[in-house]
Amino acid sequence: MSERHHPLSAEDIDAMIEGHQVHRDVYTSQRVFDLEMRHLFANTWVFVGHDSQTPNKGDYYTTQIGNQPVIQVRHSDGEIKVLHNRCPHKGTKIAIDREGNTGKFFRCPYHAWSFKTDGCLLAIPLKKGYEGTGLENTDNAKGMKPVGAVKNYRGFIFARLTEDGISFEDFFLDSLSSIDNMVDRSPAGRLEVAGPPLRYMHKCNWKMLVENQTDTCHPMVAHESSAGTAVKIWEELGNPEPRPPAMQIIAPFMSPYEFFENMGIRTWPNGHGHTGVHHSIHSDYSAIPGYFEAMCDAYGEDRAKAILDENRHNTIYFPSIMVKGPIQQLRNFIPLGPDKTLVESYIYRLVDAPDQLLARTAMYNRMINAPTSIVGHDDLEMYERAQEGLMSDGLEWVNLQRLYPVDGEDFSEEAVENGTTERQMRNQFDAWRKFMTATMRHCAIGTPEAAE
Amino acid sequence: MNPVTKEELIDFIYTEARLLDEGHYDDWLALWLPDGHYWMPLDHKQSDPHLVTSLLYEDMFMLKLRVERLNGARTFSQKPKSRCHHVIQRPFVDEMDHEAGRYVTNTSMHYVETRLDDQFLLALTATHELKHVEGQLRIANKRVDLLNSDAAFGNIQLLP
Repeated sequence: MSERHHPLSAEDIDAMIEGHQVHRDVYTSQRVFDLEMRHLFANTWVFVGHDSQTPNKGDYYTTQIGNQPVIQVRHSDGEIKVLHNRCPHKGTKIAIDREGNTGKFFRCPYHAWSFKTDGCLLAIPLKKGYEGTGLENTDNAKGMKPVGAVKNYRGFIFARLTEDGISFEDFFLDSLSSIDNMVDRSPAGRLEVAGPPLRYMHKCNWKMLVENQTDTCHPMVAHESSAGTAVKIWEELGNPEPRPPAMQIIAPFMSPYEFFENMGIRTWPNGHGHTGVHHSIHSDYSAIPGYFEAMCDAYGEDRAKAILDENRHNTIYFPSIMVKGPIQQLRNFIPLGPDKTLVESYIYRLVDAPDQLLARTAMYNRMINAPTSIVGHDDLEMYERAQEGLMSDGLEWVNLQRLYPVDGEDFSEEAVENGTTERQMRNQFDAWRKFMTATMRHCAIGTPEAAE
Repeated sequence: MNPVTKEELIDFIYTEARLLDEGHYDDWLALWLPDGHYWMPLDHKQSDPHLVTSLLYEDMFMLKLRVERLNGARTFSQKPKSRCHHVIQRPFVDEMDHEAGRYVTNTSMHYVETRLDDQFLLALTATHELKHVEGQLRIANKRVDLLNSDAAFGNIQLLP
């Protein structure tokens, strides 16, 4: 299955995924990556941003869906729109700053074509030059093109690039319970983004990062140098209490295999899943004064307890984000190439909760997710070594066989299993094949769609 | 006790950079007061280290952990080890409070870090808050503002 010269077909994609293993081309091939951008990231619901990043009319924020540059903007009716970031005239990006306010309309800096904040063409200078040319019959005359569909789910903005496809609800199903739990942790039921994200560049395939979020057999190995050394220094200091922040945040990575086996993994259809069904590394954080009281006032004691008793660790929203409900954090894995991925790590403030919670969340983010993080250093080292190692022709298949049932498995049903299973990784590849090939099978051979 | 001179402050900043470049981390940690913080903001002109993300905001426990980890047998991202190099401009001495024994310097630097075939350059401004304690200058706090703090980075493994 090495790089061939004919276009890859849906059957070629099917052949890359076997129950217990995947072909290395899924991580290394430029042609597979191009198909992911064209099909997988177009057919699925991909995270765009949080609505608190664009709180006022005319506020915008620029990002990517797969490799597609887009703008999230608050329209004059108060709704969030997601537009392709391209002037319909010559292709100029309309906005290149990461965020700003455009007022009532966007104006292209090249020839001053202007657009309402829902993308509709507003005006073209010297318009008489287009009289009788038929411009009005082109797609270009409609304005900045909106993406296929947008959903604001409790403040989180997702978009589907294709006009037609699976609905938001059918795509995410009960996995939305992790976002619900994260938002419910605010006494006001609302989150607000807290500052800009960490931006961490990885010379590896985006799927390695997504897989690692539910890989519970690596922390005690790859992170021994940070978590193990933290425990050693703490013991040398005579086990001081209260424990230093690093002990609360980093030391749980050294938990034994049994801890991770017992924490459990839940998978949902369409590639979503989470670690930490029964407990997690976030279970033993110290209580913050005043928070439980505020939650009881907002929800009543029983409901407040139920919300706070969830300690889900990492929830994957396939294809490309992970959220940590208990600490209000989101990591966005933005694919830039088969061997290049930008990770943006956001944190959110629980509206009406004590600031100490946000301080802990910010601390977690810099200790674990920063390019300066001693934990991140070893993760990146593993990914980049894998990206280089996969170029070896000694073996062409990557193994995902931990706790694999030989008679196959059904990903169409929610399941809870041993916390060290690689089922969630297999679940992701099951969804990967499904959403990669959904539109490939419709494309006739020889059309520009199919000609890679 | 003689008051600290401007030259002593400037020498101190040069010495600190040399300790980092030569990897004398125990000596470097000994420069710090116990409740000091090494802060590297994420945002340009960031004013709050607590309620938004920073690249670093490390107490002495974290700094000790960071430098001990560098020598660990299973510190995979340091096999092989990184090396670093500071080129520093003559520090400005912005505050000299002899009565309180408190001094603030502002130093522009170019920082180079390398490992295997990769090497990168960071331009930065370091702000040191120094205290004169028992006849010694010590670091009370250090803030490092990267010129491109909002850019996407790969691993930055040593200390700019």
